[in-house]
Amino acid sequence: MTASPTRTRTRLRGAASLLASTDHKVIGLLYLALGSLYFLIGGLEALVMRVQLAAPGNAVLTGETYNAFFTLHGTTMIFLAVMPMLLGFSNYLLPLQIGARDMAFPRLNAFGFWITALGGLLLYLSLLEGPPSAGWFAYAPLSERPFSMSLGTDFWAAALIFMGTGSTLTAINLIVTTLRYRAPGMGLWMMPMFSWMAFVNSVIIVFAMPALNAALVMLEVDRALGGHNFAHGGSALLWQHYFWFFGHPEVYIMILPAWGLISEVIPVYARKPIFGYEFVAGSTLAIAVLSFAVYAHHMFAVGLSRPVNLAFAASTMLIAIPTGIKVLNWVATLWRGSIRFETPMLYALAFLVQFTLGGVTGVSFAVLPIDWQVTDTYYVVAHFHYVLMGGTLFALLSGLHHYYPKMTGRLLGDTLGKAAFWLITLGFNGVFLVQHALGLMGMPRRVYTYPDLPGWGALNRVSTVSAFVMGAGLVLVLVNLVVSRQLGRVAGDNPWRAWTLEWATSSPPPAGNFTRLPPVKSRRPLWDLAHPEDPDHRRPARHDRTHGHIRPEEQEHPR
Amino acid sequence: MSAPAAVPVLQPASPLAAPITHLTVFTLALGLAVFLAVTGATLYFSWKYRHRGARSEPPQLFGNARDEVIWMVLAALLLTLLFALAWWTMNRADPHTGQDGRPDLIVTGHQWYWEASYPRGSNPEGQGVARTANEIHIPAGRRMLVQLQSADVIHDLWVPQLGRKLDAVPGQNGRLWLQADRPGRYLGACAEFCGAQHAWMRFTVIAEPEASYRAWLARQARPAAAATGPAAQGAALLVREGCGECHTVRGLGTHGTVGPDLTHFASRATFAGGALRRTPAQVRSWLQDPQRAKPGTRMPRYPLTQEQLTQLTTYLETLK
Repeated sequence: MTASPTRTRTRLRGAASLLASTDHKVIGLLYLALGSLYFLIGGLEALVMRVQLAAPGNAVLTGETYNAFFTLHGTTMIFLAVMPMLLGFSNYLLPLQIGARDMAFPRLNAFGFWITALGGLLLYLSLLEGPPSAGWFAYAPLSERPFSMSLGTDFWAAALIFMGTGSTLTAINLIVTTLRYRAPGMGLWMMPMFSWMAFVNSVIIVFAMPALNAALVMLEVDRALGGHNFAHGGSALLWQHYFWFFGHPEVYIMILPAWGLISEVIPVYARKPIFGYEFVAGSTLAIAVLSFAVYAHHMFAVGLSRPVNLAFAASTMLIAIPTGIKVLNWVATLWRGSIRFETPMLYALAFLVQFTLGGVTGVSFAVLPIDWQVTDTYYVVAHFHYVLMGGTLFALLSGLHHYYPKMTGRLLGDTLGKAAFWLITLGFNGVFLVQHALGLMGMPRRVYTYPDLPGWGALNRVSTVSAFVMGAGLVLVLVNLVVSRQLGRVAGDNPWRAWTLEWATSSPPPAGNFTRLPPVKSRRPLWDLAHPEDPDHRRPARHDRTHGHIRPEEQEHPR
Repeated sequence: MSAPAAVPVLQPASPLAAPITHLTVFTLALGLAVFLAVTGATLYFSWKYRHRGARSEPPQLFGNARDEVIWMVLAALLLTLLFALAWWTMNRADPHTGQDGRPDLIVTGHQWYWEASYPRGSNPEGQGVARTANEIHIPAGRRMLVQLQSADVIHDLWVPQLGRKLDAVPGQNGRLWLQADRPGRYLGACAEFCGAQHAWMRFTVIAEPEASYRAWLARQARPAAAATGPAAQGAALLVREGCGECHTVRGLGTHGTVGPDLTHFASRATFAGGALRRTPAQVRSWLQDPQRAKPGTRMPRYPLTQEQLTQLTTYLETLK
């Protein structure tokens, strides 16, 4: 059976309007779709690698092929899955949360998205020339001509330059939107926490991504024009300095908006405002500044001088404080709440536990001599997957379940959602918990195979089997996303009884977002609307004797 | 010799590695305590404050500045302690090497094997330079000053039981101490991704009593013995086929430095960066097609007849 000509034409017009749209919501959803597509590709790459590592001496992939797989997996997950998904949320939510009609520069916004998509295409076009295989941080001189002959590395560099440009433009757009388009009455310190973090995140992007682009241009000068920046008399370590000056802020670029999502979800399902707003927001600023001051902790094993090593160890420990403050404030938000275990909250609670584990192992890298042992082993693989997968991905899934009703007007299926949650959580911890042990047992990262030493095969097998459990969970999420689009319960404007402006408009929001904005007098305009007898802005001032907004009857230790 | 340690990072065999292990155990215990505290609070609050059907909202608590300051001060104190311990441990695990002293041992990372060369000065017999590959001998109990360098890309020397890892960066001479408490075989690996065969750039540090170390070094410093019988045909073949472009066999007049020194090839238990054991069968299959056991290796495949393979294998087996 074929579709009628009219229906085909409507569909084509629908697709064309999607391609030409400058609506921040459409672009946000396009980012989320792009991120999901590449997450699928990057995830399949990971599964193939896990199959290769399932037993010592496997020969599914060998040498160069395996190296191409982990290079593409890393690059894809960071630049084409996590960043687009986070920018998608920023694009979709930030204008809604601050009560704006759209982004400040809608056409620039569309350009930023499409140039990122083009970068993704370029990365995978490299398959025609021989894919890049120097790892996602492409250390010179391995990434230089004599050691990476194929054009794949050049495609890789070009792809990153495109994506970096797209992200920078989007970040500028987000900054201007935040500064100029907030609803009347909403001060910077009154913004919802996600918007605050997306804003600070954009500032990091604007300083970090151009540094990467500059280094990539220098690499291309070497590769294409026979320059001497990082090899042939240049300095191999110079690349590492440039790369990690981008690369460590990048880690925070990939976690800040995720923290923002968690900071939206936990209060709503605990039915309380976030504990210590000023401290959660302020610590984000501290992290933005410090993130540029810790980069050389990726280079503790290269043989830097003792004072340099100590300085970067100190700054790295320092950044653990604002990070720890956030975790404690999220836990404190649960305290004396009234907690609903909806699927978004389950993901947020798993985030708390897993992110804390990733943070704790992160501190062990700041303790320099430990880094000398465990860096470049599976211990570090476990650590950063706990932060970026147990952290960022769980936050994204939490945000997705929380905001799906706003984006589509329908709720995600509950049973399917919870089944997927348990599979993903079980699978994730099964994959990466054992990798801490593998690192301590001496297994280096980025090896396509390993000798049959006691315990190595068994732990790798646990990891591989769990990867498929997690994969099954993620497929369930995908099924849920598709099925609920038609069959989900109708959500209404504010199914979770949340308090920020995005829930004041219809689901999905109309073009232009709002027909009427409620008055903004506090951080929770919808709470004020629902509780005219107890609005937030009538609460005691910040620095009174009761330590911030607390009414006498709500004190934890009544005097 | 004993079986390899199951968790080498936690089973140090060197006064340079032991302080790191102690610090690792302490830091992991402290981290576990923090993790359990946060997880415990999360689970306890989730259970205790779960929604039980109340229709009203819970008390709206916005924060507490005093609590926040207490948390920050506690975190800062913990981290200060860790920083002090880290500094203290660094000085013990990585004592100052100086830049002038003559190294006892020069280790060079190649794609994809480790070369260890013993400079003339440290050779007690005074018989010239000894070079070997992938099996680094040291005297147990004596602290050796290692100069670490690279012939191509960045590699990283890591023997978990003996202490810190250090990158071998092209154009830069790294320096570190290598010491083992007691005789034994300690597994090591390249820890910095270095290309197609990064996985098979493994090596072993063999610590032995001072006397047997000296005897070993004296043997290694001698040129290869003259070959007789079928082995002599193998030696002639090695020269004729151009193996000497990459490999050195002292005494045979080949001086290549790209591949491992073969002068005492048969004194080693493994070859090809740990990918193969040195048995006649595995040596033969390697010579027949190096790319099968180690795809991407710099050693090309030579069209050798079965007879030639036998001759070469026989010769290599005589290089004790």
